[in-house]
Amino acid sequence: MKRRLDVGNVALSLAAPVASLAVAVGLSALLLLISGFNPGDVLSTLWSRAGLASTWLDAAQRAIPLYLSAIAVAVGFKMGLFNIGVEGQYRVAMLATAVVGAAVRLPAVLHVGFCLMVAMIFGAAWATVPAVLKVTRGVNEVISTIMMNFIAIGLTAFLFAEVFKNTPDGDLNAKTRPMPPSSYMPNLIEQDLRALSGFLIVAIVLGIGFYLMVWRSRFGFQLRASGANPAAARIAGINPKAMIMKAMLLSGALAGLVGMPQILGERHAYGNDLQLNLGFDGIAVALLGRNNPAGMAVGALIFGFLNAAGRFLDLADIPKEIVIILQGVIVLTVVIIYELVGRVRARRTQEIAARDLEVPAVELVAA
Amino acid sequence: MAHEPVQGAEPAVAVQLTGIGKRFPGVIANHDVDLTVRRGTIHSIVGENGAGKSTLMKTLYGMHRPDDGTITVDGTEVRFRSPADAIAAGIGMVHQHFMLADNLTVLENIILGAEPTRGGRIDVKGATEQLTRLGASYGIELDLQARVEALGVGQRQRVEILKVLYRGARILILDEPTAVLVPQEVDELFLSLRHLVDDGVTILFISHKLDEVLAVSDDITVIRAGTTVATVKPGEVDRRRLGELMVGSELPVPQISAQPPSDHVTLSLNSVSATEAGRTVIDSVSFEVHRGEIVGVAGVEGNGQFELIETILGLRPASGGQIHLDGEPMEGLDVRQRRHAGLAYIPFDRQREGLMLADPLWENMMLGHEDTSRFSSGPWLRLGHARSECDVAIERFDVATPGNDVPAYALSGGNQQKLIVGREMMAEPRLLVAAHPTRGVDIGAQAAIWEELRAARSAGLAVLLISADLDELLGLSDRLLVMFRGVVTARLDPATATPEQLGMYMAGERQVA
Repeated sequence: MKRRLDVGNVALSLAAPVASLAVAVGLSALLLLISGFNPGDVLSTLWSRAGLASTWLDAAQRAIPLYLSAIAVAVGFKMGLFNIGVEGQYRVAMLATAVVGAAVRLPAVLHVGFCLMVAMIFGAAWATVPAVLKVTRGVNEVISTIMMNFIAIGLTAFLFAEVFKNTPDGDLNAKTRPMPPSSYMPNLIEQDLRALSGFLIVAIVLGIGFYLMVWRSRFGFQLRASGANPAAARIAGINPKAMIMKAMLLSGALAGLVGMPQILGERHAYGNDLQLNLGFDGIAVALLGRNNPAGMAVGALIFGFLNAAGRFLDLADIPKEIVIILQGVIVLTVVIIYELVGRVRARRTQEIAARDLEVPAVELVAA
Repeated sequence: MAHEPVQGAEPAVAVQLTGIGKRFPGVIANHDVDLTVRRGTIHSIVGENGAGKSTLMKTLYGMHRPDDGTITVDGTEVRFRSPADAIAAGIGMVHQHFMLADNLTVLENIILGAEPTRGGRIDVKGATEQLTRLGASYGIELDLQARVEALGVGQRQRVEILKVLYRGARILILDEPTAVLVPQEVDELFLSLRHLVDDGVTILFISHKLDEVLAVSDDITVIRAGTTVATVKPGEVDRRRLGELMVGSELPVPQISAQPPSDHVTLSLNSVSATEAGRTVIDSVSFEVHRGEIVGVAGVEGNGQFELIETILGLRPASGGQIHLDGEPMEGLDVRQRRHAGLAYIPFDRQREGLMLADPLWENMMLGHEDTSRFSSGPWLRLGHARSECDVAIERFDVATPGNDVPAYALSGGNQQKLIVGREMMAEPRLLVAAHPTRGVDIGAQAAIWEELRAARSAGLAVLLISADLDELLGLSDRLLVMFRGVVTARLDPATATPEQLGMYMAGERQVA
């Protein structure tokens, strides 16, 4: 009995990603065709890049901040909170860390740790406002975090241009004061012009930590219970307000780290050439990876690969923005197919449980 | 099987179900159901909770399609794709839970979705005339201009009935219509039903309250384990026989505890009050629950029982009075602290308030107890321990499940409830607050849960039992309280209290001390 259940569910678990991939590729090809591009060209370009180690090095590098962003989002998702504000949280944290990190002098390792701490504090601080609004006034966190994003975008732009910019006016490559080398995160691999940042280790540690916290710790259980059934959690004595505060602040703190690969690993200053929108991409990766640390790693890598390989589409006279469409199609397909598979699995589980027991579980129906 | 012969020139049969079967994933909800309903009669469908009555009526009302069998209405075979088809065929359903808009008037509620229009505007005048006529002809008196929020439960039910009649129904399905009524309102309802039947309306009356069924029906069909087992006339059977048909065996006889409760007061409430949005929902409630005692709280739902529990649990602040658990004041303690102090709770609604349906049983086992040493050490969960504790609960409380890692939704209602009872009892509480501990569970699970409660009481547990099931209250309680509009209106001895007496106090009568 047990085995039958497991084999069936393992098959279902495998079917979901395979089907998602097939449907996503098919839909994307259709979209390309409608837009007047040859899907074959796009796919063959991407496919040819997939064979190169350099592409995957680039993909992994790009996947790191996406993964951090996805984990930040997933912490909220696990208790049913939608932190759409990762974008604003990490932008604020980037500027703050660049400024504070450049102002202090610390020994090498300590300086990096200090900067990460600053980033997490500012990310959490930016998430405090929606958390407090939700706990005290019941304001929906989706609305408030989106609003906080706008404030963050405006505020960072203003502070950067008017206060912290350290380059002459008219310089196209405006930056804050450069951070000292003691704050640099070293690269694990450097090859030609490509590099793989030491933040890979940070990301792996956080992924494992996320797993342990969510599935092995008491706090994680309370987090999941609050998400799975808020009414039951409340009655069980899990304080919903305290959980909202903790989850939101933790999510914000993790969001603060999203910009660190750029600040500590690449640019060593806040500037106007930073990669943005990682907060939104993180939501997509979290959805793609179904809030599972391994799944999100795969999702981040897929997004990273598409970004890395997409640059070469231009060479084939195909706009590289096609990649964004592909990413969107993949996320939608995955969400829909996993939902369908989830229903099939629920039916099967019920059927098997009822068949094993041979009890007509009529109440299930009435409920 | 005693089937009523079908005869007569004019189709004397309003509804005929033949060989109806309905399967849900892994569940046979109905099979081989045969039912013949004579025109102009009240035909009761009785059966235990979960016997398949509601599924059958949903089939008849077009809410889902049967897998087998045929439905004949007024002599023609029908296939309903939706309730709209059923309504068109003259079938109407009055649900157990009313579906009315509080802020609209009676008239507006009735015509909602089927508004008569004149020149593109709602014809209020025409509707008023039509409804007045309709009400008069069926003997249903209602103030059409009153807002529904101002109406009592009995009146709301009449609005629902009139709404269905207005849509042209000649066959009415009433799903447990008396569940929400006090005995006096039940009598009024029965009077209205008689009136309707005299006018040629056919009524399908679903219930598990045998006395009512015997009082009101022309025919009674018994459903057990998803199928019709007998059709009888009220004159031919008594309550006991009908009950035996329902459960398929001897009725479980509730028994009063043998040993007297101890003097030790486990829970005491001293003029406790609570408010909801400025309105008093519990008014100076005082009582004690002793060690080894079950105190029952009777009352029509919505008379403060829910708020009383919330206040005892610490989910709702008391606006006045004191609560003590084992002599310790509970003021300022939150739910978790009260649980640690020895309080356990079987919630009103197991799915909404008791379980994480998509998560495995062993995780559900931890809910509310995850920070005790049984389930965690330091910040980490003891997963292995949780699984073995879950196995113990499955074994001891006889939860039918393939294992501890199936998700809670895969279990039947009775087994879900047994798991919750197990979870709360295994924490070895000093006070158990049990709200409707056997609602919607099968007869076997009910007996098992009652047995557990009795055994726990004998072992010294104090139990506060809130229930709508009078048999349960009378059978389990050592003392009985009645609540009405947030006030304890009567204190009764279950050994001498009668259902009639209870009904009187539940309807608002106050006990003279």
